[in-house]
Amino acid sequence: MRKLKIFFFFLFLTLTFLFALNDVFAQEESEAPAPPSQVEAFDTPNDNGHSITVSWRLSADDGMGKNNVVAYEILRFDSPEGEFEVRGMAPAGAGIFEDQGAKDKKSSNFLPSHKNFYYKVRAKSDGIYSDSEVSPPAQAYGQWFHTGKSVVLVAVIIFSAFAMVFINLARKGKELFIRPLAGIEAVDEAIGRATEMGKPILYIIGLGSADMIATIASFTILSRVAKKTAEYQSDILIPCYDSVVMAVAQETVKAAYQEAGRPDMYKEENIFFLTSMQFAYVAGVNGIMLRERPATNFYLGKFYAESLILAETGSLAGSIQISGTDEIAQIPFFVAATDYTLIGEELYAASAYLGKEPVLLGTLKGQDWGKALVIISLILGALAASFHFQFFLNLFRVQL
Amino acid sequence: MHPSPDLGIWIGGLLTLGIFSFLYGDNPYYKFCEALFVGVSAGHWFVTLFWTVFVAKMIRNVGIGLNTFITEGFSAGFADYMHWSYIFGGILGFLMLLRLFPKIGWISRWSLAFVVGTTAGYYFINYLVSNGVMQIQKTILPFTSVGNIILVVGTFCGLIYFFFSKEHKGAFGGLARIGIWFLMITFGASFGYTVMSRMSLLIGRMDYLLGNWLGLIG
Repeated sequence: MRKLKIFFFFLFLTLTFLFALNDVFAQEESEAPAPPSQVEAFDTPNDNGHSITVSWRLSADDGMGKNNVVAYEILRFDSPEGEFEVRGMAPAGAGIFEDQGAKDKKSSNFLPSHKNFYYKVRAKSDGIYSDSEVSPPAQAYGQWFHTGKSVVLVAVIIFSAFAMVFINLARKGKELFIRPLAGIEAVDEAIGRATEMGKPILYIIGLGSADMIATIASFTILSRVAKKTAEYQSDILIPCYDSVVMAVAQETVKAAYQEAGRPDMYKEENIFFLTSMQFAYVAGVNGIMLRERPATNFYLGKFYAESLILAETGSLAGSIQISGTDEIAQIPFFVAATDYTLIGEELYAASAYLGKEPVLLGTLKGQDWGKALVIISLILGALAASFHFQFFLNLFRVQL
Repeated sequence: MHPSPDLGIWIGGLLTLGIFSFLYGDNPYYKFCEALFVGVSAGHWFVTLFWTVFVAKMIRNVGIGLNTFITEGFSAGFADYMHWSYIFGGILGFLMLLRLFPKIGWISRWSLAFVVGTTAGYYFINYLVSNGVMQIQKTILPFTSVGNIILVVGTFCGLIYFFFSKEHKGAFGGLARIGIWFLMITFGASFGYTVMSRMSLLIGRMDYLLGNWLGLIG
């Protein structure tokens, strides 16, 4: 009986000790983590202002010590004392945060440039926290030059220099060789066919807006095609997807007819706006193809999912088809369903080849020399990467 | 079979069949659907642009700006709403309308020249970054795996193909031919991928016709 009493006594003591120990640990767990230190705020580099970057030294309890930091809260105020406002969170282990504000004054997130702001960083644990000291003041301001894009500036200078040299040479009358492109060689033949058959030519500029490179290239080719149709006295139909494209197309064709000496043949009603909804446009163009039965269809410009539907219908209508786009995903459909396809950059080259203008030819030549430079960089770069020569790779790093 | 009692779904189903009738050839049913589709979409486009661009961006801001000017004079509120970009855009838009008057229609070319010139210049930089500098950066790979070698050789030969200043003859022509092979293999893969996504569109339409409309499935 006595042994039993002693046993229960020790059992009681042990349990009391364990509960006490548990309380001690629980108290330790609910202790606030050490605050972050060395909080610094500075203008975010290479931007247009309205953003301040905050950095800090991690809490001593982040990943070590009590290891109880779950996140950091970043607070901001326009005075070192006052009620700081929470601007965002950073996960444990992170020592930097970008306080990205809005540029628009009417926005609730507006962060004015050239105004002092103070920051502090809060290390958070379960329900408890500790704040850092307040940072020195920092201002957001915009930069005129993005240093992370220096390589782009160099590339622009090099490409522009090449283009200017060759434009100058072309203007002086130097013969600049451009290799023939099958699709372009077929243009005259296709227009001739339309004339012989007494049927119109259908020219689709695509779904791009007037400012897209592919659309601009298409206008140059259209100018040449329209001039030929004026000479051969054929009709050209241009249903447009975009009203501005329609206006530019009308101007282009009108100028081409005047250049060909046949302004009387220009029919503005043949260059018309259809609709700006993709598949409604396709339905309309398909109807034109089946009713007018054009002898030749040109699809030159920016095309999307409608490319195959248009090209298939044109094929059913028995037209000769010449296509070209820089939309990579659509080129396979044109290759499969049209007679000639200008692949990607060939579209731009075609506009220069047909236009024969010094500016276009010189630019194309400049591009070719630029490409030669790219090829050399590629080979040297791959060799440098193979031999772990990092310097060369860093030359092409762009910070977006 | 449980056809939908919804009139909108019936109209949608009948119009879908009308567009499908194009597979048989041009016919009055297709012509009606086509005219309806084109007309409604063009009208919808006009109304959307009018309310989301012309009214929401210009009329509203300029109107509030003028109102602020009348009540407060040259204040910060006036400057916020009467931003030069709205006025400038409005003037360019107005110049475009001059096309309606043949004698002074040439003035609309200024708007066109501005739009085409400025945005083409803007795209020049974007293209140079994405198609030039970034392309080089992503293709500079060590010759340590077959994948890397294929990528570097493919890009190299592709660039040779798009070199327009030299005839594709001899060794240069051989490299260009390898380049076009790489392009065609890529196009083939892209073709197959896109065809599969078109199949899902067809399945969606069939689901609408047989399920939502006629109630034959699902």
